[in-house]
Amino acid sequence: MLLSVNGLTVCYGVITALREVSIEIDRGEIVALIGANGAGKTTLLRTISGLLKPTGGEISWCPPAAQVKSDAKTLEYFGATKDLVGMRADQIVRLGISHVPEGRQVFANLTVRDNLLLGAFTLRKRSDIEEGLERCFGLFPVLAERKNQRAGTLSGGEQQMLAIGRSLMGRPKLLLLDEPSLGLAPLIVRQIFQIIREINLHGTTILLVEQNAHMALTVANRGYVMQTGRIILSDKAANLLENAEVKKAYLGG
Amino acid sequence: MDQAASATMLHRGEVPAWAVNLGVGIVIAALIPVSISFDKYIDNYVLDVLIRIGVAIILAVSLNLINGITGQFSLGHAGFMALGAYTGGVLLKHYQHQIHGALLPPVFIGVTILGGLVAAIAGLIVGIPTLRLRGDYLAIATLGFGEIITVVLNQIESIGKFEVGGSAGLHNIPHVTNFFWTYAWVVICVVVIARLVYSAKGKPFFAVREDEIAAAAMGIDTTYYKVAAFVIGAFFAGVAGVLSATLSGNLDPGDFNFVKSIVIVVMVVLGGSGSITGSVLAAILLTYLPEQLRAFEDWRLVIYALLLIVMMLVRPEGLLGNRELWWKRKTAMV
Ligand SMILES: Nc1ncnc2c1ncn2[C@@H]1O[C@H](COP(=O)(O)OP(=O)(O)OP(=O)(O)O)[C@@H](O)[C@H]1O
Ligand SMILES: [Mg+2]
Repeated sequence: MLLSVNGLTVCYGVITALREVSIEIDRGEIVALIGANGAGKTTLLRTISGLLKPTGGEISWCPPAAQVKSDAKTLEYFGATKDLVGMRADQIVRLGISHVPEGRQVFANLTVRDNLLLGAFTLRKRSDIEEGLERCFGLFPVLAERKNQRAGTLSGGEQQMLAIGRSLMGRPKLLLLDEPSLGLAPLIVRQIFQIIREINLHGTTILLVEQNAHMALTVANRGYVMQTGRIILSDKAANLLENAEVKKAYLGG
Repeated sequence: MDQAASATMLHRGEVPAWAVNLGVGIVIAALIPVSISFDKYIDNYVLDVLIRIGVAIILAVSLNLINGITGQFSLGHAGFMALGAYTGGVLLKHYQHQIHGALLPPVFIGVTILGGLVAAIAGLIVGIPTLRLRGDYLAIATLGFGEIITVVLNQIESIGKFEVGGSAGLHNIPHVTNFFWTYAWVVICVVVIARLVYSAKGKPFFAVREDEIAAAAMGIDTTYYKVAAFVIGAFFAGVAGVLSATLSGNLDPGDFNFVKSIVIVVMVVLGGSGSITGSVLAAILLTYLPEQLRAFEDWRLVIYALLLIVMMLVRPEGLLGNRELWWKRKTAMV
């Protein structure tokens, strides 16, 4: 298990946005988190990445410390489990958790390239930074073409690609994606989901928050359904796609 | 893209540190003969205006680091200036008979740095709690800080055997500042801040201004960068304080009230928040023009206010927006 959230409760003043939420994410998975507006999905992501402080519960991070090959068998040695609660956002990024915030939030007045370099902020070695840029331009050729353009002048889809590319610069082990399809045309949405799958195939675990439940459950391995601050369902993504309640509430029929 | 191309892309236009240091050294050395000939041939009044322009440049550029580049809103810059001015003024006045001749330059350098450090430490103490506040709240907190400094200076007649002057002010401070000292600090201030924010390591300052949440999500410790901007800005405000104290020879707590802070804010806004060269231009303009408009002295603030209003209507981003006057590379940050 890579990340496990246990009994997490988060309040905004007197409003309780998350009640005793527990989820688990295994290495290599794509996990979808779906739910209506205001269910608390963004709140959960922001709490995991340290932007919000929970009032209760724990978030444990157990990264594989090393892989050792012996006799054709790959053994994984897990590093020490860390509790993320109480850590600052920047410390959490350094552990390998990267968050693509809802609404894209690129640095509008900076160039595409500077946005990407800021994503590599936690990297020290120049060669790592260059490699990250290359990988990112490989995934999103359009960003290479526009690297000197102000990010605020990119189209919505391009800004989403930039936001994803930027968060990949730091070579995260876990990527938290908050509504990557928000406000994008169907064709672009398909393209973005294609890339999400590709990123996952390259070894990045993904927690995907989506309104577009059908798309999300199609790419995901497993899914959680959230309602007014609680997890009400969790299953294999394929099963959720067939689930009558989910169909009715989130898949439009 | 091949490795070589991306490598040049990453380092394009970056001048090696030794070259910059050498250049700065040469420029500062060249200021010595310039200063000597200015002292000889230039009218005292003109020299005085030139030096005040230099002090204004230091104030505007250092506030720009906090307000323009990092996107905070500090109204306390005059408070930091006051701390530097009084540190320098009090010490130099007290020891003026012990230091002269060859002793003066090194002591003055030391006192200027000390004035800057006192302001920087105050910046740290004020910054750590208040930089959690945003926008208007930060403005009010820093405004309060500046006013507290003024009030306290008004009350203190002396500290031990050191005369501070209280509400009567501190007078007869030795006139040490000259063209050289001032513009050496101008060069240092501009180069240090420009290199800080336009180097690869300086992008977080702009990121904090653009979007704090996204910056934090990138792994940027936003509080660290805000406090750093605040402390460095305060340091140079303290330096400017020492320079101005030893220019006029007189200090009055009232010189450092919020009006002074606002004048500096106007320079930053007029020049273009985020543009270092814009701040330089605005500092020159807003120091030179009032000299030409001496007759309208009483209307100075009204003129400033009108200037701001017109600016907001015609060109809200300031003279230079957040571009720089030259340096192609810097426009890339825009
Ligand atoms: N800063 C805040 N202050 C007070 N309440 C908040 C704040 N942010 C979110 N909330 C409340 O917390 C609840 C959960 O919000 P959250 O943004 O996590 O929902 P969401 O599942 O991401 O919704 P959406 O799909 O619309 O993005 C909502 O009722 C919202 O009104
Ligand atoms: Mg949301």
